[in-house]
Order: sequence, then C-alpha cells, then structure tokens
Amino acid sequence: MSETRTTNSPSSSSNGSGERRIGDDGAMGDFARNLLDTPRSFRDSVIRHGKPTSDRARSQAIFTNFFFHILPVRTHLHSIKMTATFGLGVATLVLFIILCVTGVLLMVYYKPSVDQAYASMLDIIHVVPTGRLIRNVHRWSAHAMVFCVILHMARAFYTSAYKPPRQFNWVIGMGLFVLTLGLSFTGYLLPWDQLAFWAVTIGANIAQSPQELTDALGVTQIFDPGGMQKELLLGAHYVGQEALIRFYVLHVMVLPIITTIFIAVHFWRIRKDGGLVRPLAADAAEGGQVSSVMPASEEPAPLKTYGLMSLMKGRTPAVNLELRNTIMTWPNVMYVVAAVAMVTTLAMLVLGVLFEAPLSEIANPDVPENPAKAPWYFLGLQELVSYSAFMGGVCIPAIVVIGLGLVPYLDREREDTGVWFSGRKGRRVAVGSAVFATLATVGILAFTVNYGWLRNWEATAHVPQIVITLFNPGTLFVGVFAAWSVAVVKLKRSTRMGAIALFTCFLVAFAILTYFATVHRGPNWNFYWSHIDWPVH
Amino acid sequence: MHREDPLKTSGRFATPKTRRDFLGLAAAWSAIGAFMMAMLGAMRLPMPSVFPESSTIVKLGKPEDVLVGSTTYFPSHRLWLYRDDGGFHAISSVCTHLGCIVERTENGKFSCPCHGSKFAADGAVLGGPAPKGLMWVELTVSPEGWLVADTLKEVELGKTLNA
Repeated sequence: MSETRTTNSPSSSSNGSGERRIGDDGAMGDFARNLLDTPRSFRDSVIRHGKPTSDRARSQAIFTNFFFHILPVRTHLHSIKMTATFGLGVATLVLFIILCVTGVLLMVYYKPSVDQAYASMLDIIHVVPTGRLIRNVHRWSAHAMVFCVILHMARAFYTSAYKPPRQFNWVIGMGLFVLTLGLSFTGYLLPWDQLAFWAVTIGANIAQSPQELTDALGVTQIFDPGGMQKELLLGAHYVGQEALIRFYVLHVMVLPIITTIFIAVHFWRIRKDGGLVRPLAADAAEGGQVSSVMPASEEPAPLKTYGLMSLMKGRTPAVNLELRNTIMTWPNVMYVVAAVAMVTTLAMLVLGVLFEAPLSEIANPDVPENPAKAPWYFLGLQELVSYSAFMGGVCIPAIVVIGLGLVPYLDREREDTGVWFSGRKGRRVAVGSAVFATLATVGILAFTVNYGWLRNWEATAHVPQIVITLFNPGTLFVGVFAAWSVAVVKLKRSTRMGAIALFTCFLVAFAILTYFATVHRGPNWNFYWSHIDWPVH
Repeated sequence: MHREDPLKTSGRFATPKTRRDFLGLAAAWSAIGAFMMAMLGAMRLPMPSVFPESSTIVKLGKPEDVLVGSTTYFPSHRLWLYRDDGGFHAISSVCTHLGCIVERTENGKFSCPCHGSKFAADGAVLGGPAPKGLMWVELTVSPEGWLVADTLKEVELGKTLNA
C-alpha cells in the first residue's frame, strides 16, 4: 500500500489519479487510495510549491501566496535594517489588525443606545469573560496606533520617502493619518461617559465653528456650512441618540473600510515604487556600481507587457545586478515582520494587563466635566481651540494637513534620498529648527499665560471677533514657523532644508502643545503648574 | 478612413482629436457626473429635516409666580430666567464657544469650565475665546398665560418682556 502511494504521488500532484495503471483493482481501489491521499493532495492544492529549501521554492512561497505577493521575491538588505524604518509601518498595521479583532469582540456586547451604552460598558468590564482585558487592549492599541502613525510619518519624512516616485504615497499617508484620528474620535463617544459626551460636544461645536466667520460676514442666515456640518455629524442640535448611532456606524463600518482600502493602496504603491526608500550608497556599497533597480527616472515602467523585465523599474534590465545587496524575502523578511508583530502584540497585552482604560461616570448633559479634556493627541488642538474655535479647530489643522501633503510637490530635490535628515547639513537644520520651535512655542505660551491676549488688554478689549480669529497665538505659531521655513529655504538654498525646518517645527510644536495642555491646563482651562494645585470642588 | 498610429492615440495623455474621442469623453464624463449627482442626492438622507429633541418651546411657569428680582435656573432647558423692574429676560447657559454649560459665579457673571470664556451678568463677552455673548432667548406669554421660551430663538441683548 505504502509502496503504491509513493509511486503514485510524485512531486507534481496536480493530476492525481489519471495516470494510474488500469485494471489492478478498479475504480474502488482508486477511490480508496484517493481517500487516504486526501490530506496530502488537499495540502498540495493549497500550497502549490515544495518545501522552501531552494530559492525557487522560496520565491514561489512569496509570489504564489495571495497575502505575501505584495512583497517582492527578493528584498534589499537596507529595507530590513532596524534604523531604516524601526518597523513603524508594520507596527501600525499590526495595531490596526489588533483593533479590528478586539473591536469586533467588543461589538458582541456593546449596545449603541443612550440608555444601554454605559451599562454595556460596565458589563464588558465587570461581567464579560476577558472583557476588561479586550477593552484595555483596544483602548491602548488605539492610542499606540496614533503614536506609531505620527512616528512613521516622521520616519518617512526625515528619510525623504516622499521624493519621486513616492509623492502620492505620502499624500495617501496623510489621508491615513486623518483617518486614524477620525477612528479615534468616533470611538471616543461610544462609552457614553462624561468625558466622551463633553469631548464630542466640543468636537461637534468645532465642526460648527465656521459660524465664527460667517457671523463676522453676516451671512450665517443664508449660508451656514458650520451649522450643516454639526447637523450632519449629530443628526440633532445636541449630542444624543442620533449622534451615538452615527458615530457608531462611522467607527465600526465606514472608517474601517475606508482605512482598509487606503492601507491596501498605500502598500501596493510601496511595491510599485520600488520598495522602501534607500540611499544610493546602499547599492554602491558592495560592488561600487549603482544598481539599476533604483528608478532611473520618473518614466513609468513599460505599460504593455508584464513580463519579468517590467517588474524591475528603470531604463535597462538589471541583468545580474538585482541579486546584489538583496536577500530572499522568504524567510528573512518574514522573520522581521513576525518579530515586529509579536513585539507589538506583546506590548499591547502588557499594557492591557497593567493599566485600566479610563471610564468616568455616565454622561450628564447638564454639567460639563471640568476640565473637559480630549484624548492626548487632540489636546494640542484643544489648546489652539482655546484661542479661537474656528482658527484652532478648523483652519490650522487644515493648513497643517494640506501643507504637509504638498511638501513632495514643493520640494523635489533628488539628492540624498533615503538618508536620515539628508545628511549632516539637514541634521543641523533639524536641530536648529527644534531649538527655534521650542523657544518660539514656549515663548508664545508663556506670554499668553502671563499677559493674556487682545481681550485682556484695555486698548484692545473690544476688538471685533474677526480680529481675534485671524490674530491669536495659534495663527502666530503658523506664521512664525512658515516664516522660519521660508528663511531656511532662502539661506540654505535648498527646498529640502526648508521642508525639514517646517516639519521639525510642526513636530516640536505638536509635542509641546500636547504636553502643555495635558499637564498645565486645569479647571476653567486655567494655567496650573501641576495637577496638585487644582482647586478642590 | 485614415487610421492613425495606435501608439500615438493610446498614449496616456493623448489629446482628443476625433469626433469619436469627443463622444467617448462626453459619455464618460456624463456617467461620472450622473454618479456624482446620485451620491450627492443620497447624501441628503443624513441631513435631518425633523430634529429628534423634544420641542425647543418650553413653559417656564406662570409670570406672576416669578418674584421680581429673582434668578431661576432651568437645567434641562439650559437657561437662566431673570425678573427685574424692567421685566423678564432669559439667558442661555450654553457657551457660544464650544457648547459647554457656563457656571454662574460672583456678581452674576458667567464663566465656562471648558476653555475659560468669561461673560458679564448680561451675557456680554468679557474674555476668553467665545466669539459672541451668551444668547438672549426669546420669551413670550402664551394665550393660556404661561411664560414660554424658545431656546433656539435669539433676541437682541437688553430686550425684556413685560408681563
């Protein structure tokens, strides 16, 4: 029997019983042998290559697999260097997957109704098996995802990963940044606790804040985009059942689907753009000759054929060159991805076991939290909003997102891509800009805390609102940083240096404002040195 | 008909030259336009035409039950009712900045817990980010003699009701 099987199942299992000798025991014998052989032939029908012991089988492991074929068969050595990416993109993807899994589990018990939402949260925490842990992991992964997205953006920026041909992938990345924040914001309302209710009330009124401008122009009666946005978001004038359902639908359906599509396009383009960005030196290091795997120009790859040649971009086929400095993706890159995934998952589990996700008392529409603070990544914005709702909540975020999205189109210098800070000159600009941005941000904040703003001074106590909307500490930040970046472009004669200056200012200001609003803002949004000094109610 | 080199016309940015190209583009843009308009029409659905809240027109009591010189707060209606020698007026407690509920502090002034807006006793802005003063809510007396407020209707500052 075993003798028959070994002869009958050669490595090519595709045409199972067709070539069997006829006549020895007939169709019933075939049937019995097929039955016994089913596990093996089933496996061979799923995985259509041998054990990954040869390079041929290893490449088949990648390109015959639906999930892996987004990866190249061979990967450049630079791409798996720790300092090339710090694994931040993969970590973000892993966090998104963790969030999807834990999110679906939470949906099993969560009820998006004003009467039951908070009670179902208590159920999840106190009654549901592992509910507390799953909720903690969901909450901390959400925070971690925002954190990783920001770090990943910084990595991509400082290694010039937005340079041609990757410009549009940077824009998609900005879209994913906004989507991540949107997912966090919509998820924030669902527990229906005090913090959620008031943070979303503030958020919805930020959506309404274009009225600040339309009021100043006196056209709110006929043209009211702010009011429309708020009604669209809340389905009512106040946060209530309609708002809860809308946020729930956005959080569990609309935004995850859009995010998944964006992630797919983001990854697909990485592959189409020739993999991760890497310095020219990474190719020159070994043989001295620059590999033509690097895109030689912005010309698209050949359009009509899809042979092996067109897999490689560039003017000339990279004969014998593509092997240099590359390794088999299977298993080397798989080890790296798996390691990042395991570390990320472990970190989230540890956080979930050690730290409880906060839940304040049930939402009370009559009494706001004092202070009503948004999650940390929105606190910098909340500080800007405390100068002007429209400017800080709508205009400045729009300027930042559009401004960052335009960077690849304004800075097209091709030198030193793939090198952190584009070399020593850029590192100096980054450090200089960080010092400048720290001084400017702390200075403006200290001034505002000590002396107030226009309304607190006698001469300007009654300036019209439009003046405050256009000129407040928030717009001052934007103006000062824009001026600094333009000055750097001019002095260093380089748009890349200006871009580094601008992005560094943005990062530093974001960090300082977030810290400032987290630690130094207390009840009535007054300044306190520490939480201990808060007045007791 | 003279055939053009397919490589020239099938380029990515070939300019429309022939009538056929024009008709094809017109058809494509019509289809895109039609779908866009359909999407726009569908987006009308989430804009509510009826609001789910209970009526914004609320009874505050009989005018004669409100003492002259008194100040009453109606938490669920989010408004302060005043009666002084000049008559009745009501001020909304919803901050004009971002919708938090303001607190009444010393001398009848208001302050917002969320971002520190300060308002005078008559609702005018004194400081902070609020773009305008607290809303003066329209008061009327119903035919049955109830004092009625419409919490979404604004009247100009200083307009009192004599009843």
